[in-house]
This record gives sequence, structure tokens and C-alpha cells, in this order.
Amino acid sequence: MSKAIKKVIAEFLQEEADVNKDIVVLCSDSRGSGGLGPYAEAHKEQFVEVGIAEQNLVGISAGLAACGKRPFAVSPASFLSTRSMEQVKVDVAYSHTNVKLIGISGGVSYGALGMTHHSATDIADMASIPGLRVYFPSDQYLAKELMKVLARDEEPAYIRIGRNAVADVYEDGKVGFTMDKAVTVKEGTDLTIIACGEVVYEAKKAAEALEKEGRSVRVLDMYCLKPLDEEAVCRAARETKAILTVEEHTKYGGLGSLVAQVTAAQAPTKVRSLTLPDAPVVTGKTAEIFHHYGLDAEGIAKAARELL
Amino acid sequence: MEQQELRSLQKKAVAIRREIVTMIHQAGTGHIGGDLSVTDILVDLYYKQMNVSPEQQKNPERDRFILSKGHSVEALYAVLADKGYFPKEELETYAQYGSKFIGHPNNKIPGIEVNSGSLGHGLSVGVGMALAARMDGRGYRTYVVMGDGECAEGSVWEAAMAGGHYKLDNLTAFVDRNRLQISGTTEEVMTQDSAEERWAAFGWNVLSIPGNDLAAIDDAVDLAKRTKGKPTVIIANTTKGCGVSFIENQVAWHHKVPTDEQYQKALEELAAKEASL
Ligand SMILES: [Mg+2]
Repeated sequence: MSKAIKKVIAEFLQEEADVNKDIVVLCSDSRGSGGLGPYAEAHKEQFVEVGIAEQNLVGISAGLAACGKRPFAVSPASFLSTRSMEQVKVDVAYSHTNVKLIGISGGVSYGALGMTHHSATDIADMASIPGLRVYFPSDQYLAKELMKVLARDEEPAYIRIGRNAVADVYEDGKVGFTMDKAVTVKEGTDLTIIACGEVVYEAKKAAEALEKEGRSVRVLDMYCLKPLDEEAVCRAARETKAILTVEEHTKYGGLGSLVAQVTAAQAPTKVRSLTLPDAPVVTGKTAEIFHHYGLDAEGIAKAARELL
Repeated sequence: MEQQELRSLQKKAVAIRREIVTMIHQAGTGHIGGDLSVTDILVDLYYKQMNVSPEQQKNPERDRFILSKGHSVEALYAVLADKGYFPKEELETYAQYGSKFIGHPNNKIPGIEVNSGSLGHGLSVGVGMALAARMDGRGYRTYVVMGDGECAEGSVWEAAMAGGHYKLDNLTAFVDRNRLQISGTTEEVMTQDSAEERWAAFGWNVLSIPGNDLAAIDDAVDLAKRTKGKPTVIIANTTKGCGVSFIENQVAWHHKVPTDEQYQKALEELAAKEASL
């Protein structure tokens, strides 16, 4: 099965807004791409359209939060994480307003639309802001669990999701979710693959292929980039022979950097990272781009074999 | 406003100006020109118009204030201390090592709602606060004070557009129109005329007033409160450095620090002003 995470989030917010009048969804002419048309219809009083103005989107969200509302600012990740970065830094994180920033159509999911629409630096951008949490859910079930916590907690966060349907990593009701703890998708002893977002599914498939070759590969879903689950990283470093990180993000300040920083200080081990390039990516659909840069199951398995 | 009340507000403005020059002289840092320019606006809002006090910092019905031109924080600190939000002695630590009183508003300080300092942020946040009041059916009003140089920030106009679009008549903005900014006159640096026409085009009720005249400020805020269906912007035509003759209208005094001699002269001028009231 597969489902676009934006749909899960939109459905969740629609239910949550029924019971919590403080929930407010804000869009920057992005209700369609966010799958929030039905929400906007059903909850006119809890919906704010700001037009194509991402700085204003985040500033208004901060003002709403400062007055006790629970705003969810939904806008393409590329614009939300860079165009409005200063509003995120000052009005959300620094002023400590409870704004949830939902970066939709993230990573390379806009495909052929090109670098203007890709967000390949948003872990680095958002995690570098003091006081801001960063989450990259991998599938519909994990996203739902994450949303249940985020809708009710009091701290700001940035959440990046993709545009398209993503294959299920988990089964319904069996995510094994604990907030801010990596989910062990698969146990293993030879190597650990740590992934976040949509490539977790690819990592899982790669691990299953490697299993058939007699390699025991652990897969961690590090949906929590900040705070990073450092314990899970250190356990992986100590209990398996090497770590392979996989992310839909460039190598600067992404998952690979964060993991290597932890292992270098606390549990030195070999870490290799699969990332997007430090350049505009090749034209194509997500699957084609992942394949091109070795971020699909085939490329991940190949890198894992080299590492082992 | 009664003459007696006006007189008392004018005296308060002199006292706040004295605190500002003292704070900046002691600390050796601060934005003195803009502080003295915005003082009368703050005095009218905090001592006459706004429903705010240290006792009701958590009251959801309190009015909301944002100093978007955050570099004028010394003026705000002086007002908040005088209002009793924190002991006045704490201001002696202003800008000193480890002090919570930094050079821009910070909501760790009692009485400050949100952090500012980077220009062009406050009005968007104010729009959010005004929308929240409307959603919650609350009667509080939101006030945002901007600088005129600040209005070169594009984000100001994103917020202005939204304020007009949502007809936020519970939102009042001020532009401290002192016609100067750090590099020169606003018209040399980046044209701001006609501020009145610009704001009107964005759907705002525009009031252009002498911005260091407490009676005029007070009348404008009253009129803003009565105006329905539109947010109001008060273009306060101020004098940068107002109240200290050698600082008035001098570009160089954007953030210059008075020498001991200049400080004494400023105090003398303020004392003379007070005596005349
Ligand atoms: Mg100015």
C-alpha cells in the first residue's frame, strides 16, 4: 500500500480541528498542493490564506501562536525553509511561538520543476536554528503518529514531507513509535543503514535484498533529525560494523553530517553517506533521481556491499 | 484629552527621555535618535490608550504591542520599568555582560510579547495577533510600531496587504516617520513618499499627524479605535532625536553615544522642558 503523507496530515488536521478550535491551518496559495482544499472548506474559521507570501505566512503564524492558537503553516518546503527562514528563526524559534511548519512537496519531489522547487538543504537550514525541531516522516503511519504528538505539544517544529504517494514502511498500528526515538525498521548485526524520509523505504528494500545474500543489516528510521536519537546512533556504531546513511538532502549539514558528528565524538566507526549532489539535480521523477544518485534500493545495496 | 492629563503625559515623556539618554550614556550604546523620536507614541499607548499592566501580563484580553523597530528598545525599557514590569535598577545592567536587557526587544523581559530587531517582521506578527482576536471573539487591540526606513522591507508590504485584505480594524500600525535612517534621509536612501498614498492603496485607513504631539497621537488612536472595516496606520511625522536640540534631525545621531558633557546638556534641556510644562 502507499499514500501521500500530505493526505494523512490533511485528514488528521481536519479531525483535530473538529475537537480543538485553536488549530489553525495557514497556506500560501498552497492549499491544493497540500491537499487542504477539503480542510479549508470544512473549517473556514480555522483557515488563513496569505497568498504567495511565505514570510508573511510564518510571521502571521507566529502572531497567532503568541495569542494561544496552534498554527500549522503549510507551504512548499523549498520556499518555507529558505524564503521565510528569517521569520522561522526570529518569530518562531527565537520568540518561542508554537508554530508547526509543514514543508510539503519536499526534497526533489517536484521533479522536473528544477532547483527553485527542490528543497535539498532543509535539514541544514532548519536544524541550524536554535530551538527548532526537525522531522522527516517516512510513511503514512509514522506521519500520523508524529502528528498526534505535534498537534498537542508546545514547541515549534519543521516537518518535511514529499509530494507523491510513498510506499508503506510500516503496517497500520505497528509503527512502534516513541517520540524522538529512531524506529528500528529491521534488526541486524553486520551493518546499520540510517535513513530519513522517503528513502527509508528504499533502505528497507535494500536491507531485505542484502539479507538474501546472507548479510544482516539493521535499518533505522531517523525521522527525528533534531533532536537526533544519539543513543540509537551509538548503539548502531557499537553493535554493527559500519553505518551507511541515506537522505534526500545534500551532504552539507544533513543526516550524514549529524550522524558522523555523533559517532566521531562518542563511538568512532566508519560512516558513509548517500546524499543528493552539491549541485542542481538531474531532471526526472523522484524514482529516476533517486536511481541516478544511488538513493534507491539498488544503489543503497551496492554501497552497503562496498562498505561490508 | 483634558489639559491636565495632557500635561501629565508630556511630563512623562520628558521623564522617559531622561531615562533613555541616561541608559545610553551609561551603557555606551543604544539607538538614541529613534528612541527620542518614538517616545511620545509609546507614552500615549502605555499611559493612556492600551489596556496593559504588569498585573495582567497573562490576561488574554490585554492589548498587544510590538516594537517592530526594535532598535528603539531603550525607549521601551524605560516605559516598561516605569510601569513596574521590572525594577528600574535592573536597567543598569543594560547591554552589560550576561544581562537579559539586550539591544533589541526580547520576550524574556516582562511586558514584551515577541522578539524583534530584524526589521520588517512586526507587522506580520501583528496581523496574526489581530486574526487570533477575531477568531476567539476577543476585544483586545494590536499595535505595531515601525520605522520609516523599515518600510523598505518587502515583508512590511506582505503584511500590509494581508491587513487590508482581512480588514483588520482591531490592528493599528504606526510609522515613525522621522525621515532619517542610518545612511541619510529616507528620500535619499530609498524613497518612502508618499507613505500615505502607499498605505491607502493597500486598503488601510491612513492618518498623518505631527508625531511628537501627544494630543494628536491620542486623537489618532481614538479615531483608529472607531474606524471599522479597515486597519489604521498612523503616519507619525516625528523629529528624530526629539527633545534634545543637538540630537534633533542629525543623521549622525542614529546611534551615537553622548559624551559626559553632551549628557549634561541633554539633562539640562530636558529639565528646562519639564519646568515649562
Ligand atoms: Mg527613521
